[in-house]
Amino acid sequence: MATTQPPATRDDAGKAGPTPGAVPDVDVAGASPVRHPLRWLAVLLLAVLGAQLVHFLITNPHFEWGTVGDYFGAQIIGQGIATTVELTAIAMLIGIAGGVLVAVGRMSENRVLSTVCGAYVWFFRGIPVLVQLVFWYNLSALLPRISFGVPFGPEFISGHTNTLITPWLAAILGLGLNEAAYMAEIVRGGLLGVDQGQTEAAAALGMGRARILRRVILPQAMRFIVPPTGSQVINMLKATSLVSVLALADLLYTVQSIYNRTFETIPLLIVACLWYLVMTSVLYVGQSFIERYYARGATRQAPQGFWNFALFRRRPDASSPSPSTSADSPLSKEET
Amino acid sequence: MTAQDTQEATGQKSPDQKAPDQKATGPEATAGEASVGGATAGKVPMVVAQRVRKRFGQLEVLRGIDLEVGRGEVVVLLGPSGSGKSTFLRCINHLEQIDAGSIHVEGRLIGFRRSGGHVHHLRPREVTRQRRDIGMVFQHFNLFPHQTVLENVIEAPVGVLGLSKAKARKTAMELLTRVGLADKAASYPRQLSGGQQQRVAIARALAMRPKLMLFDEPTSALDPELVGEVLATMRDLARDGLTMLVVTHEIGFAKEVADRVVFMDDGQVLETGTPREVLDSPANPRTRAFLSRFL
Repeated sequence: MATTQPPATRDDAGKAGPTPGAVPDVDVAGASPVRHPLRWLAVLLLAVLGAQLVHFLITNPHFEWGTVGDYFGAQIIGQGIATTVELTAIAMLIGIAGGVLVAVGRMSENRVLSTVCGAYVWFFRGIPVLVQLVFWYNLSALLPRISFGVPFGPEFISGHTNTLITPWLAAILGLGLNEAAYMAEIVRGGLLGVDQGQTEAAAALGMGRARILRRVILPQAMRFIVPPTGSQVINMLKATSLVSVLALADLLYTVQSIYNRTFETIPLLIVACLWYLVMTSVLYVGQSFIERYYARGATRQAPQGFWNFALFRRRPDASSPSPSTSADSPLSKEET
Repeated sequence: MTAQDTQEATGQKSPDQKAPDQKATGPEATAGEASVGGATAGKVPMVVAQRVRKRFGQLEVLRGIDLEVGRGEVVVLLGPSGSGKSTFLRCINHLEQIDAGSIHVEGRLIGFRRSGGHVHHLRPREVTRQRRDIGMVFQHFNLFPHQTVLENVIEAPVGVLGLSKAKARKTAMELLTRVGLADKAASYPRQLSGGQQQRVAIARALAMRPKLMLFDEPTSALDPELVGEVLATMRDLARDGLTMLVVTHEIGFAKEVADRVVFMDDGQVLETGTPREVLDSPANPRTRAFLSRFL
């Protein structure tokens, strides 16, 4: 460097620093943020609208908040909630179990099985749930007696359809079988989302198909399955209100039967709305916890601490690349 | 290696049962063993591939592969991409099903069964059983991301071989120590570098005590500075007498570690011999053209 004669116009070529005077000397630290005057206008508008809403809620006598308070904790409402929760849980269990079976069946190499499972999804997704519910409820008009036995041969058990298919069973069948069709598609999507190399690696280790599915594919597919299943559970909770047409005493039917007597329609519907919101909120939080469980190993970050998660704190710098090669990375020591 | 010895002994007893197979491979088998040396003479070779053909739709990927791998031999498969090396490797543990010819591992026909002069497909369960003794390492590692390193290594020994967790864990820690990653046992794969992941994948395959290890471009997905650690691990295994069939582009590794180098192109074996023969003075012009790119 020292021996080379630099060109006359660039006497400091070879120095690391910038040429003085080439650009103005600026430091962006302490720059003022961009102003958003329209945002303030929007906040003002929303504040006015909010005040109006509160005023409406308080001053409108038809809300009958006292009546809402009386019924909110009433025992009969509690029974309706119990029925709603029970229907949701059982129908969802049938839906998830059936969905996994149908999804695996659809992906089977066995053509007969995959066609049957495809037809199932087509049929049950193609008919509105309300129609399915009413159909199950009225099954006795089509099939007065139900019997189990050898086809065209002797019967082992038989009974009147009306005694076998109670409104409760009609509700479970209608909701559960319909849900299984939707869950099958969700599960199938999840299974397809797992890299084919995982199956190959497991097969090369001598694992059988069932074991590969259970130990390798499903746990990874859960990351894709849980979020849509969470919204399915919330949908199911709300869809159970349809069973009120079968005179089954769920939350909606219970409030209906009360206001049909007392004509306190609005307050009782508000009671129902509040309880539905409470239940869906609980489900939302529960879903977040399940998602976190199945995300283990999915990112390079160590699992997030409980309180960070519970308080919805973001992970520090989730997008920045982590030093994967450093042998003494703190990540490897932190996880549990 | 004691397990391998006993297996060899049983392999020796089986000729009466495998007599028809032996007859077919007879002449080739002697030729193959001659190149390995006297060590394996008189024993069933680890791998015998005969006229293996495989097509994907219109494209014939393997066009009559004959290959033999002796016990304890390290064979490196070289060739341009698309020459069918990886496909052939995947046929050996029946990840791909061959269309014609046959593959025997330790004298056992892979993926099929002979009875009454007729060949039948094996049931999936039987294919699964055959894969236990054949370890495989993949280009993209394919570790199970939802399991820790230790869980990855003990998954198959516990689930497939039925070992107790304590016993499997002990073996796993020994293997992880051997590949230099005992301190990473509790990490998840994504927290490791590519080289570390591949070494875990090797430990995971070794945990099944395989008699044969297949390496499918084990260093191709790695950053150049991480290749060495994986090759060192493989060199260590070769020194211990593990039978290895390696698809790689690492000519240096082939030169140093391989007992035999096989050059494939266009679905055929063009040349086979010691690393010196094939790499230093290739007879086939296509081998020469391929190798010139590595100078």
